[in-house]
Amino acid sequence: MAPSNTQVKYMTFGEGGSTVAFAGLAIFSIVIAAKAYTPEYAFHAYLFAAGSVAAVFAIANRYFDRGAQAAPLVIDGKPNYNMGPVKLATILAVFWGIAGFAIGLWIALELAFPALNLDLSFISFGRLRPLHTSAVIFAFGGNVLIATSFYVVQRTCRARLVGDLAPWFVVLGYNFFIVIAGTGYLLGITQSKEYAEPEWYADLWLTIVWVVYLLVYLGTLMRRTEPHIYVANWFYLAFILTIAVLHLGNNAAVPVSVFSPKSYIVWSGVQDAMVQWWYGHNAVGFFLTAGFLGIMYYFIPKRAERPIYSYRLSIVHFWALIFLYIWAGPHHLHYTALPDWTQTLGATFSIMLWMPSWGGMINGVMTLSGAWDKLRTDPVLRMLVLSVAFYGMATFEGPVMSVKAVNSLSHYTDWTIGHVHSGALGWVGFVSFGAIYCLVPWLWNRPLYSLRLVSWHFWIATIGIVVYITSMWVAGILQGLMWRAYTNLGFLEYSFIETVEAMHPFYVIRAIGGALFLVGALIMAFNVWRTIYPREQLAGAVAMAPAE
Amino acid sequence: MSAYTSLWQRHWILERNSILLLIGILIVIAIGGLVEVVPLFYLRSTIETAPGMRPYTPLELAGRNIYVREGCYLCHSQMIRALRDEVERYGHYSLAAESEYDHPFQWGSKRNGPDLARVGGKYSDDWHRDHLQDPRSVVPGSIMPAYPWLFTTDLDFSHIAEDMKVQALLGVPYSDEMIANALADVRTQATADAPDAAALAKRYPKAQARGFAGNPGRITEADALIAYLQMMGTLVDFKLYDDKANIR
Repeated sequence: MAPSNTQVKYMTFGEGGSTVAFAGLAIFSIVIAAKAYTPEYAFHAYLFAAGSVAAVFAIANRYFDRGAQAAPLVIDGKPNYNMGPVKLATILAVFWGIAGFAIGLWIALELAFPALNLDLSFISFGRLRPLHTSAVIFAFGGNVLIATSFYVVQRTCRARLVGDLAPWFVVLGYNFFIVIAGTGYLLGITQSKEYAEPEWYADLWLTIVWVVYLLVYLGTLMRRTEPHIYVANWFYLAFILTIAVLHLGNNAAVPVSVFSPKSYIVWSGVQDAMVQWWYGHNAVGFFLTAGFLGIMYYFIPKRAERPIYSYRLSIVHFWALIFLYIWAGPHHLHYTALPDWTQTLGATFSIMLWMPSWGGMINGVMTLSGAWDKLRTDPVLRMLVLSVAFYGMATFEGPVMSVKAVNSLSHYTDWTIGHVHSGALGWVGFVSFGAIYCLVPWLWNRPLYSLRLVSWHFWIATIGIVVYITSMWVAGILQGLMWRAYTNLGFLEYSFIETVEAMHPFYVIRAIGGALFLVGALIMAFNVWRTIYPREQLAGAVAMAPAE
Repeated sequence: MSAYTSLWQRHWILERNSILLLIGILIVIAIGGLVEVVPLFYLRSTIETAPGMRPYTPLELAGRNIYVREGCYLCHSQMIRALRDEVERYGHYSLAAESEYDHPFQWGSKRNGPDLARVGGKYSDDWHRDHLQDPRSVVPGSIMPAYPWLFTTDLDFSHIAEDMKVQALLGVPYSDEMIANALADVRTQATADAPDAAALAKRYPKAQARGFAGNPGRITEADALIAYLQMMGTLVDFKLYDDKANIR
């Protein structure tokens, strides 16, 4: 017999250590559940216990099933890529995307028809809105980022992901965080920091997951067999690192007790506002921009089969973008009790930010030089290019809105909501869909089920976005003007409720736009499903096709 | 290769060393945050001296936690901007001092409903009660959800002293006496004609004590929330507030 069969199998340090750690966490969680101040917190503690027990079983099961040798780094001179975690994160991204869009549609309808709150605490607007934003940004966007970053770093470094259990821990641990965060909102567990609502224990868990993510990513970069680190990886690295810094700064809190879900943020008032929007705007800048620019820099050149338009532009706009973005936060606090000097700095840097943003847009769009004809035949590439166009539009609108005079009108209105969605649906959504349509055939090694359905997705979603953002522009500007309207006798012309009533038609139109976007995503889910699990007759037909 | 190395080639150093790239990114992203955030902690002009500010009473704090829990901040700002129409609609523009004890701040970012920074005393308790139970019964065009569960859920304030201890640790001026009397103060403030109302008002000037939600014999979550709403923006006396005194 081959000697490998008689080789003794050992549990690795990682497997043994993880098993002990998860077993410890399970016991600790049960103790917390028993003494929890609230039933909601006990529920979360039991979720932690169940997750830990499942992890122990999964690790042990995997150990008994695997061979004695660790997975080889190279097979026949080619890197042995680890695509299992990438596949899982891709599927989860599709799932969370649909969940997040559907909740968005529901809360849009709640604003148009408040009876839909149904007098139930779990689904009242105030609890569902963080569920929507977290589901689309962190659950959908986060899984897209983890999937693509793990794919891109392996391919561009020609190296297998570092770690055996670690990449799985990143994907599963991150999605467990999503479950804790999401169920927490429904149960009323929130620290009320926008886009950082999860409480202290969820934040601690995310910190552990995120550090492992950074280590896996960095370790894979260091294992690379290519001399240069490809530009997409600069953006992914900036995203992972900066989000870690922002997360720690904004979520600094002291829990009331280890048995209580409640904590108090260490910052207060004006300083807390500044820290919050330093975090909040850079969640946009690094989570929703730098990370997704990493996607752009890999998937557009790959799909168009053209090199990046300008290497120098990518250097200049990378460093300028990450330097300038950090300053932009105070434009969320114009005319508030934040000192004037901070507001002015924020506005100034926001306007300067226009340039590196458009540097990225130019680099992405111009990569199609010599391949523009592909837009006619490839709806996936069309989706990727339109996403960059929306990126350019949203990053022009942003600096405009950060000008204090404009902001005095737009702030607190639906114009902001429209602006966010032109970036979120147009840029983040479309670049993610494009990447998913590329990734699924590459990962499962099968052709995409239907390009026609991609075309349908493209047009339905595009019309949805246009309907959405135009209705919000009208609503926001209208409400802003009504708030400041005076009669010729010098009195305020409208009561607040009159300005709310004026919003109704636009809220209905916005919901229609959101519904179209959701329909597009459902078409994508069907397409992805059919690609991974082709119909038998289809598979048979392919198998029986004569060799040519 | 010429002796002259271009800047673009120097960038290769970062492109070929992941740790240097990491350090480079860390330095570049640190600057803006440090410049904008750190001075706010030591520049004295950041927070004005405003007479009348005090920490929340235990009942108001519990009410504020319900405000946070229900996500009220997602539709209601607590920040009146220094603009003519806002000052005329809502009252004096908000001072930094007015949220000095707010961990975390509740300035908000969107007005699906009106600003609440100075809503205290603007409506009666009865109005708030009706409004929270069925907003459209008092404001027909309202799009606010109803909050009937607040009236049927007893307020859990058994741990409120622990909350105050944490806040004291973070710099909110809760005295040992305030923390020791926390549970009694909740009951006093939520009861009409309570005998200890004077002691409460001494610890927390301007504290209003009465049955806010109109459920005699019970302290519900609605009592706490309405107590919080009714004190919002009422602490600073703008007749005494001197704008010029804060120029320094």
